[in-house]
Amino acid sequence: MNKQEYAEYIKKITPKSKIWSSLCRAFIVGGLICLLGEGLNALYHMWLPSYDQTQISALVSSTLIFFAAVLTGLGIYDKIGYFAGGGSIVPITGFSNSITSAAMEFRKEGIIFGTCANMFKIAGPVIVVGVAVAMLCGLGYFVVGLFL
Amino acid sequence: MIYLWAFLIGGLICALGQLLILKTNWTPARILVSFVVLGAIMQVCMIFEPLKKIAGAGVTTPITGFGAGLVKGTFENIDKYGFLGIFTGGLTAMSAGIAVAIVSGLVVGMIFKSRSK
Repeated sequence: MNKQEYAEYIKKITPKSKIWSSLCRAFIVGGLICLLGEGLNALYHMWLPSYDQTQISALVSSTLIFFAAVLTGLGIYDKIGYFAGGGSIVPITGFSNSITSAAMEFRKEGIIFGTCANMFKIAGPVIVVGVAVAMLCGLGYFVVGLFL
Repeated sequence: MIYLWAFLIGGLICALGQLLILKTNWTPARILVSFVVLGAIMQVCMIFEPLKKIAGAGVTTPITGFGAGLVKGTFENIDKYGFLGIFTGGLTAMSAGIAVAIVSGLVVGMIFKSRSK
């Protein structure tokens, strides 16, 4: 059986309902994480009335990132991830989880050459691509701005 | 009302990610990268800000918010500082999140050991 036949075979035996149920789980868990973010947003606005929305957003993201790192350390985030799939990867908590789990995984190779060197194994491309795309857009924006 | 939209839109973005995982067998790294680029494109096309008004954390919590924030910060810094803003804007806007992710990852990685799966 070659690769393509195998892929078709897998497609045939994967039940349709399984796809829908995994989409629903991703939807619910992902939605709940966003709901939590919105709740934190309101809470910080109440606590820190002098902060503007940009600063509050940074605080909300930081809080979610911190909690996801702790939950990853305790092994709870992996369980959520097993249940939710994309629902735990796409939110910013998934970004944090990818850093923390790499940090833990490579701890045995030492703190500097293990943890520090490998922390961004998955999250690194996100930052590299994000910064590169943002700079490219910025360059376009700057050039267009020169002529307007 | 914003809570409902945050849940619905945020959930939909995550379900889209799950759909990509199921249909393409992409790794988490590729999913994250794609959504960052998607967020950046949405910000450039001016779709992101109106969505943020409706759904709040529903669009900023998914990693799309990271891409959008990078572009938004870059544009704002260009308006303020000109050419230099192209280089400083993105990471300045996202500095808190990245710094917290690094420090909490480091500390948790030093305290907890990886569990065998």
